[in-house]
Amino acid sequence: MNDLKTNRLVQAFAELRAAGKKTLVPFLTAGYPDLAGTRAMLEDFEARGVRVAELGIPFSDPIADGPVIQSSYTEVLASGQRTDQVLEMVREYREGGGKLGLAAMVSYSIVFRHGVQRFLDQCSQAGVDAVLIPDLPLNEAGEVEKLARSRGLANVMLIAPTTQPPRRLEIARHSTGFVYYVSIAGITGERDRLSEATLAAVAELRTHVDLPICVGFGVSNPATVAEVCRVADGAIVGSAIVHRIQQHKDLPPAELAARIGAFVSELLAPVL
Amino acid sequence: MTTASDNATRAGYFGPYGGQYVPETLMAALEQLSAEYDKAMGDPGFRGDLDRCYREIAGRPSELYFCRRLTEALGGAKIYLKREDMNHTGAHKINNTLGQALLTLRMGKKRVIAETGAGQHGVATAMAAAVFGLDCDVYMGTEDIRRQSLNVFRMRLMGARVIGVSSGQCTLKDALNEAMRDWMGSVEHTHYIIGTVAGPHPFPAMVREFQSCIGREARKQMLSAEGRLPDLIVACVGGGSNAAGIFAPMIADASVRMIGVEAGGRSLNLGDHAASLSLGRPGVLHGSLSYILQDADGQTADVHSVSAGLDYPGVGPELAYWKDIGRVGYTTCGDDEAIDAVVTLSRAEGIIPALESAHAVAEAIKQAPKMKKGQILLVNLSGRGDKDCNEIASILERKGVKI
Ligand SMILES: Cc1ncc(COP(=O)(O)O)c(C=O)c1O
Repeated sequence: MNDLKTNRLVQAFAELRAAGKKTLVPFLTAGYPDLAGTRAMLEDFEARGVRVAELGIPFSDPIADGPVIQSSYTEVLASGQRTDQVLEMVREYREGGGKLGLAAMVSYSIVFRHGVQRFLDQCSQAGVDAVLIPDLPLNEAGEVEKLARSRGLANVMLIAPTTQPPRRLEIARHSTGFVYYVSIAGITGERDRLSEATLAAVAELRTHVDLPICVGFGVSNPATVAEVCRVADGAIVGSAIVHRIQQHKDLPPAELAARIGAFVSELLAPVL
Repeated sequence: MTTASDNATRAGYFGPYGGQYVPETLMAALEQLSAEYDKAMGDPGFRGDLDRCYREIAGRPSELYFCRRLTEALGGAKIYLKREDMNHTGAHKINNTLGQALLTLRMGKKRVIAETGAGQHGVATAMAAAVFGLDCDVYMGTEDIRRQSLNVFRMRLMGARVIGVSSGQCTLKDALNEAMRDWMGSVEHTHYIIGTVAGPHPFPAMVREFQSCIGREARKQMLSAEGRLPDLIVACVGGGSNAAGIFAPMIADASVRMIGVEAGGRSLNLGDHAASLSLGRPGVLHGSLSYILQDADGQTADVHSVSAGLDYPGVGPELAYWKDIGRVGYTTCGDDEAIDAVVTLSRAEGIIPALESAHAVAEAIKQAPKMKKGQILLVNLSGRGDKDCNEIASILERKGVKI
């Protein structure tokens, strides 16, 4: 795979748009509670109608993340799991026929240490479709953008509420796959509702940007998914899912996947 | 990998090091800060205000002190101390917090936050917040709250809230993470006063500039005391702010050798020390590319030092640049040597150094006898040891040393 047009994630959004549909992008901490569990959940989500998912690669110092995702990362790292094993799981998921568009959220600390080229090669060989590097803002992203594109990987960039309008458009121009609108100035975590200002900002962005727009940070229930999807192409739900995994992590893998899957179905309902 | 030539001429870079590796949410604030800082530095009014704060609040200039008895005992170079321990609040940290507090006022922000390890930066931030009427929250690892309890009390007494951080190793790195997270959500009305020359641009250059009063004064004081510059300057390195502050104004003076001393901790095995420049490699942490201690996956390594202010897995990007171009040498000093240096300096000169500064003193004790009698060795005594007295007492007791 070395062309963005044949990228699974890009195609998934194209098909959704052609069908006039919006989507839910569930986030999973890779390897939480373990890698077999993550894979089982991805397969379960796909069966329920999810098209694109985000995989958080555990990092020791995730400064954009709230307590729920942070503590899942800490637990996974304490078990000894590292990034290579996550990519191995993705490879096995693909070998098993998994078709979700997968965006790997990964700190630049990890990317840099692996070597940008080598890391992107590993991602694309494993079957990752997009990288999303939350601590690599536009000013520093040139190299990744170029190298990702030449490997047919999307590079998803983020726009924050604090981003000035001209810069929003520039970020959207450089982003591939989709552009991630961060709904609040702050860290990840569950919030009951989104502000009108957020929805208005996304609607405004929509009028200038053709690339799919997904909204995340704080989206945590079916009502907010529905709200977001009035103006955006997708709603990203992270902490609310990881929180439920935390509550049920001692269940056998199949039961855990079913539990979490049931919640994902609730979140999907407004967009199916 | 990004190469030196790619980044050498980009703003915010020192050779290949530096940059702004932070979430997009913070970019607007960094831009605002850069713009305000540039404007302030070109404004004689700001410089005048800062000089007055240095004089009237910090008590600058700090003295240059000749260690007569220590010099005689070691029988080599003449040892001088730059007495940052004599500053108000007890360390060099005040030089930076005064500068950043003035910028906070200029930006119209009403609240400041800070991370602290030894508590000296927290105390200096709390003090500046009290002087200028700002709200102040300080993040501090719970392990550091234990070992630097005097400073916790001082911060609270001056009206700051001290928020314990119990993630990771419960030390400086974890406090910095939590302060960044606070800033992510409060950036519109809050300024984050980073306490060292690390973090995203413009912090490394800005904090170095605010700390450069140390080296500018020392340069002048040396010339008037000895008619020449020192042969060697030694400073301890945590994030690198006191070292950058004394080195930068003499970095162009080729005759002056410079050594930065990192925490050698218990041993030089990963996890037992905090010597990022001596034993780490280039990587990204807390907003900039520099030397860091991490595993092969890019996960930040555990670190250890007896000194809370040096107990940090990263270091400022400019110090990394100085390493690569061979301008500054870096070495380590173990926990035990630092404790010994506290005792030595206390007995020889009646000066109780902070545990951080004791790392520099220990290196000076090693270097002085190797130097010629007329040569000059200048040590940046970055802070005083009052805050460490309980910790030092219990360590000495464990070692069976009678005081
Ligand atoms: C007295 C003293 N010296 C040195 C340091 C280390 O910081 P830096 O390397 O930024 O000077 C600290 C930090 O807390 C300190 O309190």
